[in-house]
Amino acid sequence: MKKKKETQKIVFKTEKDFPLMPMSVGSMLYNKTGAWRNIRPVIDLKKCIQCGICWKFCPDVSIYIENEWPVVDYEYCKGCGICAEECPAKCITMVEEEK
Amino acid sequence: MGNHALSFGAMLCRVQVISAYPITPQTQVVELLSEMCADKTLDAKFIKVESEHSAMAACLGASLAGARTFTATSSQGLTLMHELLHWASGGRLPVVMGNINRSMAPGWSIWSDQNDSLSQRDTGWIQFYCANNQEVLDTVIQAFKVSEKLLIPSMAVLDAFTLSHTYEVVDIPEQEKVDEYLPPFKPPIRLTPDEPHAFGGLTSPDHYFELRYKLQKDMEKAPALIEETGKEFKQKFGRFLGLVDDYCCEDADLILITSGTMGSTARVAVDELRKEGIKVGNLRIRAFRPFPFEKVREIVKNAKKIAVVDRNISYGHHGVFYQEVKSSLYGHDGCPPTFGFIAGLGGRDITPSTFREIVQYALEKKRPEEEIVWIGVKR
Amino acid sequence: MSKEKTMKLSLPEEELMNSGHLACQGCGATLAMRYVLKALGQRTALCIPACCWSVIDGPFPYSSLDVPIYHCAFETAAVSASGVKAGLEMVGDSETTVVAWAGDGGTFDIGIQALSGVAERNDDILYVCYDNEAYMNTGTQRSSATPYGAWTTTTPVKHFKNRPKKDMVAIMAAHRIPYIATASIGYPEDLVKKIKKAKEIKGTKFIHIYAPCPSGWKCRPEDTVKLSRMVVQNAIFPLYEIEWGDKYILNIKLKDKKPINDYLRLQGRFHHLSEKDIAFMQEEVDKKWERLLGFVNKCQ
Repeated sequence: MKKKKETQKIVFKTEKDFPLMPMSVGSMLYNKTGAWRNIRPVIDLKKCIQCGICWKFCPDVSIYIENEWPVVDYEYCKGCGICAEECPAKCITMVEEEK
Repeated sequence: MGNHALSFGAMLCRVQVISAYPITPQTQVVELLSEMCADKTLDAKFIKVESEHSAMAACLGASLAGARTFTATSSQGLTLMHELLHWASGGRLPVVMGNINRSMAPGWSIWSDQNDSLSQRDTGWIQFYCANNQEVLDTVIQAFKVSEKLLIPSMAVLDAFTLSHTYEVVDIPEQEKVDEYLPPFKPPIRLTPDEPHAFGGLTSPDHYFELRYKLQKDMEKAPALIEETGKEFKQKFGRFLGLVDDYCCEDADLILITSGTMGSTARVAVDELRKEGIKVGNLRIRAFRPFPFEKVREIVKNAKKIAVVDRNISYGHHGVFYQEVKSSLYGHDGCPPTFGFIAGLGGRDITPSTFREIVQYALEKKRPEEEIVWIGVKR
Repeated sequence: MSKEKTMKLSLPEEELMNSGHLACQGCGATLAMRYVLKALGQRTALCIPACCWSVIDGPFPYSSLDVPIYHCAFETAAVSASGVKAGLEMVGDSETTVVAWAGDGGTFDIGIQALSGVAERNDDILYVCYDNEAYMNTGTQRSSATPYGAWTTTTPVKHFKNRPKKDMVAIMAAHRIPYIATASIGYPEDLVKKIKKAKEIKGTKFIHIYAPCPSGWKCRPEDTVKLSRMVVQNAIFPLYEIEWGDKYILNIKLKDKKPINDYLRLQGRFHHLSEKDIAFMQEEVDKKWERLLGFVNKCQ
């Protein structure tokens, strides 16, 4: 279930490269919002009960399910902390990012 | 009546979505279209919105989805739509609209002058000013052809009551011929989940400029396209629809520049004056946007004087046609003394004697002595 | 990693919203969009007026959604959706669900005229209002959806909002449209169920979604989902449906209604309130709840 889409930043060289009206021609996936965060969620899979709640409540679609276990996509995770707050098993800890 | 000519024009063009709000003197346009949709003479959806702003909004949505759309309005309604007129041109949506030129309030006036449509001149719409009901019907058809080719919206403008409510004999083209002239609307891009795009999102200074550059560049193709589609129209239907309608200008000493119905009144005046030996001609500007620079320069270059008659005024400056004509001649050879007259605001009649007064003034003076010459104001 | 069980997800798996969007950390509006798109599927078209989502989706030339979007003028969400629906039908597409996706500003205030027109005509669109209770996109100015007592930049603490939240659901009910529902991102399964139900109905459907805004409410981003549950449990934002303007169905019956205090304490925008203010607000919530129960009971 991991997202496989990859995209590039779009640069227009001349006006001929532009579409006729302002319309999207690419995906925001190029924008790695992981750079926004100060704290990151760390899932302790030993305590995880595979309920799917962290996946469900992520506003940034940054928790995906792989082989029946949740995985954080650190490229996009903004560190909001909802997953840690909502986890019923309390197996997610928010950890300071190291700079 | 002129209003019905708009309805028939829209019907023949097989418009698919109509969204309009009634306003005097446009009501008959939408009433007839309503009937046509109800009895299936026209296979279209008619969204009976609660304001003109919503009328244009619905048209834009439908046009983006790929449907041919039409609406009609006047003065207060047109100005209520103003924000969305910019949206139509910037969004490259080929909506066609009939606008009945009606004076702006206050005080409430339902009679004709051009301030409403001219104050929309910067919104990026193509504007055609019509002088008779036949032209109204024909213009709707040509407008769709031009708009859909360039993806720029256009409006067919007619005078309140003088044209909207006057009955004239009009030749209604055959549907098959119209279908040949105007094929179905097939936009290159439209809103569909099959190819998802986000239309009109946040556009930074890095991008906005080029998008607007493209709009202007396409607008610059419009004069040639209008002449071309006008010639095609003549071939199919026997009537030429060009950028201008010039009458007796080749050898004229004085050329009147007019628009709308006063443009056809001016012809009567020209005929009368010519009989008296005065070499006067009439240049009726039909396409105001895009402004027909080349045509105007070409036609007036041998005249000794020009008299521009405006049924509008841009307060703090002058009549709009006067400003635009003068600026088109600036720096070019053949820039004769240009007189600017304001007449007919609020629907005051413009008659052949109005033109007589104008011509007399212009012939008497070597050069304009006052910036604005008001004709008919009680002073 | 002990027992290898299969994960049973309570929501449709497919994601039509992608990462990389520009929402603040903990944004309730993005959760709302994520769930609504899961419920509707890819054959959806959105009309988004000026609101947070005009920016969240990403600037030209990008988008973060896999469905088409028409960014429309502020006042016109509802009628733009009507226009798009009419246009799509005329070009042969009657499958696509057309959704007007607006914030509280574009619904309760500047967009109310167009919405009322659409509802009165019963145009076939799904109108979703995600309510973060102020004009958040322009920096937290008050809207008519701002609740009594809240701080916003135009209702500063010395002059906090002293008018009640506009009852938009009641206004929509007066239009007698086929389906109205309230929903909260704290109850995503209920939200998805309601959207799926609305999708199958012809006519105007109005869904009012509660969507917290940590930036504007001055609350912690991690509390977004918690607040969305509390607001239902204390009856400030009960979950119910209305069919044809008079059949009321209560979705979550509250056996013991929680006091509003705990909910208010988690948000900085309410910190200036006195005991007296809170008591007044509690009284208003109780009255409103009783009134709703009255409507519901009449329909039993």
